[in-house]
Amino acid sequence: MAEGLRAYGLIVAMWIRSTMAYRASFVMTTVGNFAATSLDFVAILLMFSRVEALGGYALPEIAFLYGLSSVAFGLADLAIGSMDRLGRRVRDGTLDTLLVRPAPVLAQVAADRFGLRRLGRVTQGALVLGYALTTVDIDWTPLKVLLMPVMLLSGAVIFCAVFVGGAAFQFVAQDASEVQNAFTYGGTTLLQYPPTVFGKELVRGVTFVLPLAFVNWLPASYVLGRPYPLDLPTWVAFSPPLVAVGCCALAGMAWRAGLKSYRSTGS
Amino acid sequence: MTGGGFIELDRVEKVFDVRKKTGFLRWERRQVRAVDSLSFSVARGEMVGYIGPNGAGKSTTIKMLTGILTPSGGRLRVAGIDPSRERTRLAHRIGVVFGQRTTLWWDLPLIDSYKLMHRMYRIPDARYRSNLEQCVELLQLDALLDVPVRQLSLGQRMRGDIAAALLHDPEVLYLDEPTIGLDVISKARVREFLRELNTERGTTVLLTTHDLQDIEQLCSRVMVIDHGRLMYDGPLAGLHEAGESERTLVVDLERELPPIDAPAPARVVRVEGPRQWLAFPAAQSAAPLVARIAAEYPLVDLSVREPDIEAVIARMYADRATA
Repeated sequence: MAEGLRAYGLIVAMWIRSTMAYRASFVMTTVGNFAATSLDFVAILLMFSRVEALGGYALPEIAFLYGLSSVAFGLADLAIGSMDRLGRRVRDGTLDTLLVRPAPVLAQVAADRFGLRRLGRVTQGALVLGYALTTVDIDWTPLKVLLMPVMLLSGAVIFCAVFVGGAAFQFVAQDASEVQNAFTYGGTTLLQYPPTVFGKELVRGVTFVLPLAFVNWLPASYVLGRPYPLDLPTWVAFSPPLVAVGCCALAGMAWRAGLKSYRSTGS
Repeated sequence: MTGGGFIELDRVEKVFDVRKKTGFLRWERRQVRAVDSLSFSVARGEMVGYIGPNGAGKSTTIKMLTGILTPSGGRLRVAGIDPSRERTRLAHRIGVVFGQRTTLWWDLPLIDSYKLMHRMYRIPDARYRSNLEQCVELLQLDALLDVPVRQLSLGQRMRGDIAAALLHDPEVLYLDEPTIGLDVISKARVREFLRELNTERGTTVLLTTHDLQDIEQLCSRVMVIDHGRLMYDGPLAGLHEAGESERTLVVDLERELPPIDAPAPARVVRVEGPRQWLAFPAAQSAAPLVARIAAEYPLVDLSVREPDIEAVIARMYADRATA
């Protein structure tokens, strides 16, 4: 684990330096990333020019959900978002050059093509979250304050697990990066809206199958004092760290299985 | 096949499951034996050429030796380590150069890639400095260290890649097509360096190549693989005998003459104006033949051409196929 983090840090530093070789390009892509991800919020603003509430949620509350989801996902995307390129590495055989290095492959793949421009999304999400915190009417308690960083961190870890699981799948299906994007980028877009606008089946799916509901829906319902989706008990608002650990364990197993299958079959 | 060797393969197999699409949503499963009961042993300090046609199992073997692929059967050891089980431990002791896949950082100066190796392999500072110095000198990288890799020529990049694979003092170096796409001068430089590496440091070298000059100039031992099986393992000279190869004597006469009347088994194979080509067995000395021609014909110039190994191997495959 420590060895993996060390290798990750070393490779990320190299990518940051590579990025800085083209400073103007870096600034432009970061601004572009910021602008492109902002459009999601612009869409929400446009809707609110017509309606007062969406699924019973007012704009500040939606901004709260949006900010939480964007920051959590943005952090995961920044950290290991290029893992969806694994399929390409498998196809063109460059994964082999990572397998001859004395460092865990997962760490090397996670750091691969580290894109500092993705700070654009995190910044954008943080700004929206900041706006929400100043406008939304929350009855703050110490527990709720504590839940905020826990929620963001657990959410980022849950999304990381989805990235790793998706990458593991690409060992088997090498052109599945679009499938993976549906769950990662698609997932965060889903979480930007309140659970009340979606059908019960979908909410069940993202609670019990792919547990994205634990990124923001459930803990945010507690903070906002809203009824929980699916009438779940109150304590589930505090379960995101456990869910995150569970997701990591599953993703780790999937990764091991994927790598094992690659090493027994090649490309 | 027990003990002794630095690289040891004992009846190693690699079987792939290949799925072929035979119709809409219909797949046919087929097993492909990429490496079939392969056994050989390479001693420390040897320099071995590993050749064979495309798809013969060369790359699969290298991938098993580096721990990338897990063998389906048999026993495989490199420096006493089972590569597939202890991949990262082995990584510290081997160097790998993939001819067509650079491991250097495209947008960064060459030296940055070396600094990463320094830290990733935890090479002691003094060791790193002396190894780098040596590589830079022998591979003439001095002027290139501060140049972004993307600006290097193919030959320069290959030299850069070889240096990157050697900074951690590997005991064995695997080279997959190290001279592919290089010009004559770059090839010569790379070969020169490998020779020195082998004699000075005693690094074991295993190289796959399509360029038979690599083998001729570097390797005292050749292994030929085809269809996953070892077809030949021995000195280069023996390969010629195995393939019943012939050398060619090219003679330039003063004027156009009818084909030279050479003693069998030598014979004229081509005549073009005053120049004639004579084929004779590779194992036989050219001296008596030359003496005889010089005595009986108005000789201006002559040269002896070594057999083309590619042709030798092709003939060997043909023999096995009909046998």
